[in-house]
Amino acid sequence: MQEHLSLDIAQLLAGGLVLVSFMLLYQDRLTGLINIFALHALVLTLSVAWQAHVQNAAHLYVTAAIALVFKAIVIPYSLHKIVKALRVHRTVEVVGGIGATMLVGMFLMGLSLVVMLPATTTADPFAREDLAFALTIVLLGMLMMVTRRNAVSQIIGFMSLENGLVLAAAGANGMPLVVEISVAFSILIAFIVIGIFLFRIRERFDTVDLYELDRVRGERR
Amino acid sequence: MTFLFDLFAQAAQMALVLALAPVLIGFTRKVKARLLRRRGPPLLQPWYDLIRLLRKDVVLAHDASWLYRAAPYLIFSTTWVAASLVPTFATGLMFGWIADLIALTALLGAARFFLALAGMDVGTSFGGIGSSRETMFGSLAEPATIMIAFIVSLIAGSTQLSEVAAYMASDFALRVSVLFALIGLIIVAIAENGRIPVDNPATHLELTMVHEAMILEYSGRHLAIIEMASALKLLLYVSLIGCIFFPFGIAPPDGSLADMGYGVAFYVVKIFVAGFLLALFEVSTAKMRIFRVSDFLGAALMLGLLGTLLVFVTRSL
Repeated sequence: MQEHLSLDIAQLLAGGLVLVSFMLLYQDRLTGLINIFALHALVLTLSVAWQAHVQNAAHLYVTAAIALVFKAIVIPYSLHKIVKALRVHRTVEVVGGIGATMLVGMFLMGLSLVVMLPATTTADPFAREDLAFALTIVLLGMLMMVTRRNAVSQIIGFMSLENGLVLAAAGANGMPLVVEISVAFSILIAFIVIGIFLFRIRERFDTVDLYELDRVRGERR
Repeated sequence: MTFLFDLFAQAAQMALVLALAPVLIGFTRKVKARLLRRRGPPLLQPWYDLIRLLRKDVVLAHDASWLYRAAPYLIFSTTWVAASLVPTFATGLMFGWIADLIALTALLGAARFFLALAGMDVGTSFGGIGSSRETMFGSLAEPATIMIAFIVSLIAGSTQLSEVAAYMASDFALRVSVLFALIGLIIVAIAENGRIPVDNPATHLELTMVHEAMILEYSGRHLAIIEMASALKLLLYVSLIGCIFFPFGIAPPDGSLADMGYGVAFYVVKIFVAGFLLALFEVSTAKMRIFRVSDFLGAALMLGLLGTLLVFVTRSL
């Protein structure tokens, strides 16, 4: 019973993370998008902390703390500042058909379940469902980067993709702490670099809509 | 003797839903008004309105056909039957075996069909707009409902609401797919009842209204009956969510009178909690554009699909 309940809670949190990923796909306002990204990181924190509790692994608590501090607080806060500074905080992004994107997302989820569940039959149930959900989150993050035009929401897609990687690492039972910390910091560095790039793009083109880059390169759409 | 008792319990449920439906509407309005720092009408105001309307004469358009006059009764009766089939305070009631999720969807679909026909019958433009919008919402909400029914019935092993409620009450476990089904059903309930993000029940602004546009030409007792039916529909969704996802205190199939008493008390508490949450939600959101509704309902359908997938994932673990 206890075993069953803890598996249920782990699945609830991982499934909730997938749900928040879909909410990211659904949202088309930048401010709302950043808030939902903070929620995404919060659910990730809970999920990793629960894994730490179940596996009795103290170093996973560190991962959870990193996720909470950097991804749920620092990055959303600075994204809000960036969006304010770029003066795009009222922008409603043009997304080509939310319904179609959601359907593709559904397809990706089905795909990752079909791939992951037979491939990991020997692993323990915790790792199995975490891996399947993590692959879904990674694919949804990629989908978001592909379908969005605005550079800020592409960053958010990238960050949510990384959350999926952390979920997979937490479920896989035994990722060294050094690796986790270095991954977390490389994400932070990537975030800073992307932030600087954003301002550069805006300086050049007066917009953060990446479709403008096609025009500059001389590509026809 | 047991036969008489069963009959009594079923009749009590039918009377209970009829009595409570306008009170739920009144309570929601009251809470909304209080949250906006206004005083709000009395709790029983919807009942007073219904009684007042019942005493008034019916004004009929010249072009109204028999369908226009028959539609309110058809809508009311199908909705009432559906509402009294959902287990509210006890499972295993006398007609519980008909209370199938698919049958409920069909009954509500029939009510919607007649409402849309009646909206177009007189031939005013508003009625047509309302009917077309209602049919659009319906064509999106119904697949979502069916998917949610699939989730629930895959878990509980039956589409009969009595058995589902009994299963959920006996076997408590945290399930992701149930969470998804709950959120999906809440979205469907909001859209189907024309509550705020989808349709504003308190407005007569022609650009936004859906339900009100269809019943604009109704008056007198016809209007009273239709209003009652829409109140019953809200209560139906609330008790559906209550009996599937929060079956606390619901009386078992061969429950005594005391069990049923507890059931009624719990049910009334659930209704008021739901009314409060609904009011809170409505105060804190704005109405969305009509073309956004398809995305909103598409999210419910997607949650249903996701949940069904996850049921199979959980099975295979």
